[in-house]
Amino acid sequence: MKKGSLFQKMAAAPHIVWMVLFIVAPMLFVLYFAFTDADGRFSLSNISTLSQYGNVFVLSIAFALIATVVCLLIGYPLAYFMARSKPKTQKLLMVLIMLPMWCNLLIRTYALMALLDNGGLLNSFLESMGLDKLRIVGSDFGVILGMVYDFLPYMVLPIFTSITKLDNRYIEAAHDLGCNNIQTMTKVVLPLTASGIVSGVTMVFVPSISTFYISQKLGAGKIDLIGDTIERLFQNTSTYNVGAVISLVMMILILISVWIMNKFSDDEGGVII
Amino acid sequence: MMKFLSKFYMFIIFALLYAPIVVLIVFSFNDGGSLSEFTGISLKWYGELFRDEEALTALKNSLILAVCSSVIATGIATFAALGLHHMRNKYVKGAVKSVTNIPMMNPDIVTGVSMMLLFVAVANFIHAKQFFGFGTMLIAHTTFNLPYALLSIMPRFNQLDKSLSEAAQDLGCTPARAFFSVELPEIVPGIVSALMMSFTLSLDDFVISHFVSSPNFQTLPLYVYNQTVHNVKFSMYALCALIVAIILAILLAVNFTGSVNKKKKRNGVA
Repeated sequence: MKKGSLFQKMAAAPHIVWMVLFIVAPMLFVLYFAFTDADGRFSLSNISTLSQYGNVFVLSIAFALIATVVCLLIGYPLAYFMARSKPKTQKLLMVLIMLPMWCNLLIRTYALMALLDNGGLLNSFLESMGLDKLRIVGSDFGVILGMVYDFLPYMVLPIFTSITKLDNRYIEAAHDLGCNNIQTMTKVVLPLTASGIVSGVTMVFVPSISTFYISQKLGAGKIDLIGDTIERLFQNTSTYNVGAVISLVMMILILISVWIMNKFSDDEGGVII
Repeated sequence: MMKFLSKFYMFIIFALLYAPIVVLIVFSFNDGGSLSEFTGISLKWYGELFRDEEALTALKNSLILAVCSSVIATGIATFAALGLHHMRNKYVKGAVKSVTNIPMMNPDIVTGVSMMLLFVAVANFIHAKQFFGFGTMLIAHTTFNLPYALLSIMPRFNQLDKSLSEAAQDLGCTPARAFFSVELPEIVPGIVSALMMSFTLSLDDFVISHFVSSPNFQTLPLYVYNQTVHNVKFSMYALCALIVAIILAILLAVNFTGSVNKKKKRNGVA
């Protein structure tokens, strides 16, 4: 066995230095700001202000959970049907599901807002039909709709990948052994695609809980989520400390939920896009 | 019956997914300034967009930043993958990998805020007035590109036989030479995908950039954000439509040429 040479040992050094400077140090600064006041003295007062933001946290978690569940309910059948279609159609459907993912989030949200807005196409259509206008923009429903619309492809793609990897013989075997369609689904297909579901859920939940553009546009500034709160607090030097505490709490919340999610699947890394 | 239902379901979901984008593209050609009434075809919003100095500068900035950050991130990640591949200490290896993944796990807003705090602290420390700009953006973009670049390159190294490099060294290569002439050619596909991934991530990023940029260095997503904060601007419709068209063209091209290559291969074999 050869001992690693100096070149091989030093190859990772730039990466490690970069990591320490720009990943670890920023995290330490979040901690530092979270536990100091505006003058840089140690203080726990930021922690106590957290209670003021309790309802913001509850609202954001509720919105993100609803959006994630809706995405899963819409996305799983879609991914399943996509995976069951002919190879040629499958390719086209893949392009169709990936195109929105490659478009900037701002563009998608903006497009949705333009369609649903008070003077938008949907409302003028309803008006010309003699119906009442729908006030979607500025409502809770509008924000959740925006999350579902923006992040649905992130749910579909990992599930689609795990269903295509599924060996069809498992399904045939289940049928041979006397399972009906529903039993096959719940006892064979769903458990075997759990890793896809886990990565899909993570990829929808994390951006949903931390978004601020969606709530700004589709909430018309009336709905305040954690993302909006953090964004606002970091516009003013004097509120950096409170902002740091909220970011810290959100980070811990998300790490815990991702960790719990990963307990459900055996897959190490899940599907990364 | 089941088949028809599944097709119908897919059709409905895709139609809903594309409705806003299609409406946006159609109304980018609208002559008037209305979101609901189509008064005639015109390219005036496109004209306005291309006369907008700010938009063109933002596009240029975005491209420069994407090229620089993807090249730096891929370079660092390539050597990091080499170092990790030959590293014997499992714990150090695991620690490096999991710390690298932090920007990928964290919501973008936390990554953005944490980097902003670092830069604010450094700027205060050296009493710099104009600290935010291209430099801070480049650091931030390189940082969030790193985990994706490493993830694209690492598996290539794992497929590689460790004894190849050792054989080259037994035959008189220095370890550096062994890397460049034996290992590097084998991992080129990984490097290419790392570059492409980082490039698109950098072009697409809004949230992290939002926290570490300054008004004098705007990228395209930041420009779109600033333009759409208050009122509706129709030149933004034109910009969005253009971006969607370009992405569609790229995706179709990649898909189409892919199938052509496969056909060629199939024909070649048969």
